[in-house]
Amino acid sequence: MRYMLLINNDEAALANTPVEKAQQMSAAYGAYTEALKKSGAWLAGERLRPTQATTSVRIADGKTNVIDGPYADTKEQLAGFYMIEAADIDTAIDWAARCPAASTGTVELRPIWEMADYMPKK
Amino acid sequence: MDSRPEIARAAAEAAARQSYGKLVAWLAARTRDVAAAEDALADAFAAALERWPRTGVPEKPEAWLLAVARRRRVDAVRRRLTSEAGRDHLKLIAEEAEARMTDEDLPDERLRLMFACAHPAIEPGVRAPLILQTILGFDAATIASAFLLSPATMGQRLVRAKGRIRETGIPFRVPERTELGERLDAVLEAIYAAFAEGWSDPAGTETRRRNLATEGIWLGRLVASLLPDEPEALGLLSLMLFAEARRAARRDPAGDYVPLAEQDHALWDHALADEAEALLGRAAAMGAIGRYQLEAAVQSAHVARRLSGRTDWMAIRELYDALFSIAASPVVAINRAVAIAETEGAVAGLAALYVLGDDRRLDGYQPYWAARAGLLARLGQQSQAVEAYDRAIGLERDPAVRRFLQARRTALIQ
Repeated sequence: MRYMLLINNDEAALANTPVEKAQQMSAAYGAYTEALKKSGAWLAGERLRPTQATTSVRIADGKTNVIDGPYADTKEQLAGFYMIEAADIDTAIDWAARCPAASTGTVELRPIWEMADYMPKK
Repeated sequence: MDSRPEIARAAAEAAARQSYGKLVAWLAARTRDVAAAEDALADAFAAALERWPRTGVPEKPEAWLLAVARRRRVDAVRRRLTSEAGRDHLKLIAEEAEARMTDEDLPDERLRLMFACAHPAIEPGVRAPLILQTILGFDAATIASAFLLSPATMGQRLVRAKGRIRETGIPFRVPERTELGERLDAVLEAIYAAFAEGWSDPAGTETRRRNLATEGIWLGRLVASLLPDEPEALGLLSLMLFAEARRAARRDPAGDYVPLAEQDHALWDHALADEAEALLGRAAAMGAIGRYQLEAAVQSAHVARRLSGRTDWMAIRELYDALFSIAASPVVAINRAVAIAETEGAVAGLAALYVLGDDRRLDGYQPYWAARAGLLARLGQQSQAVEAYDRAIGLERDPAVRRFLQARRTALIQ
């Protein structure tokens, strides 16, 4: 199964991280990504720019509203993602727990809705 | 009156549930789709529950269920197109299961199904209901009444949980050694929750709830037989059997509550107590102590009164000390305080209770107020004791226990 690991962090707190610790964190992410790739679980993964670079778009009454900032104000913000291949939720939970973000924020796990899941089998 | 038809009916029903659970588990383990597995077998299971008590249990119960499921499905397809998943399952059954059953029994995958139902990704409160439905085939309404919920609410929770098993990719497997302990705890906890729901109806007036205690024991026996080297699985079964052995003694002929220390031990089921004792001995010999073994040991110490004529409070106190150090909870703390009162006196017991005073959860917890009232009464603190009894009476939902507390309170002010 394919799973999305959504990384949520307290952006403001992370912005105040001392340089040395930030470098350590960055190295930890590097090692984690490498481990995912070596084991064949890695499908994709990126870090997102902070929410100050976010633009939200929605259409109401035929008008396109462009909003400066994220859709919802939350304590933690989406900061990046990994997409992985895992046999089941247990394997996915193992990977999520190894992600450095699991110790600084929250890793939300969502299964990908595969095409095969909503195409009725004949 | 002759109770044989009743016994035959119960035996047939147990066999139907056993075969049904094995088939649901076998199918679901292959597709992760619990709802579709249940769907495929629903009609056949209903037919078995209706027919087997009259005709007796067929020689190959699982093959019987499958054959009926296939025939019914053909009828249903003629009338309307039923769920795709249900049909797929029946194809699976036809091709694999029946071939397998000609020369050997269907492999028992119920344990795997139980581990899926009690997975950490499933909300704790729905794990026991889910096990009761998938393994034993109880409908949502029966389970809802046992857990004091509306059938609609229970139905929704069960549907959602089954959806989660399929969609989040919860595996059907017995966890590996390293993580077995924690996962087994969740399975045992769910079984104990089912048992406790049934146990909380001591008068046995509500048949469905009393059945739940029986089903809890049945599931406990199943897990203990499938994992015979897990001391906690044996410990839980022992604990449930000790409790069940005392069922008849919990009420006097007038239906009034009898506290454990005052129960007539001639009314205890000695065969069950002996079995519980033997299980606990086997578990203890494995050398890995745990919550259920300790709780069973407390029960054992209480039940030992049938032989020694007295309750060994010192041993009980030590067991609660150990229990408190590995699984501290308000319930354990209160029972420990009671044991301290029995060994060191009411003042020490009360002191142990007062230490808990800050825990807000205790405000609505009847046993805390009842224990406190009893100890205050022993110390002659009349007005405080009356106050505590009032709190306990107001929090009790069992009328027999309420009457008991009211009598104690009345005795105090006379």
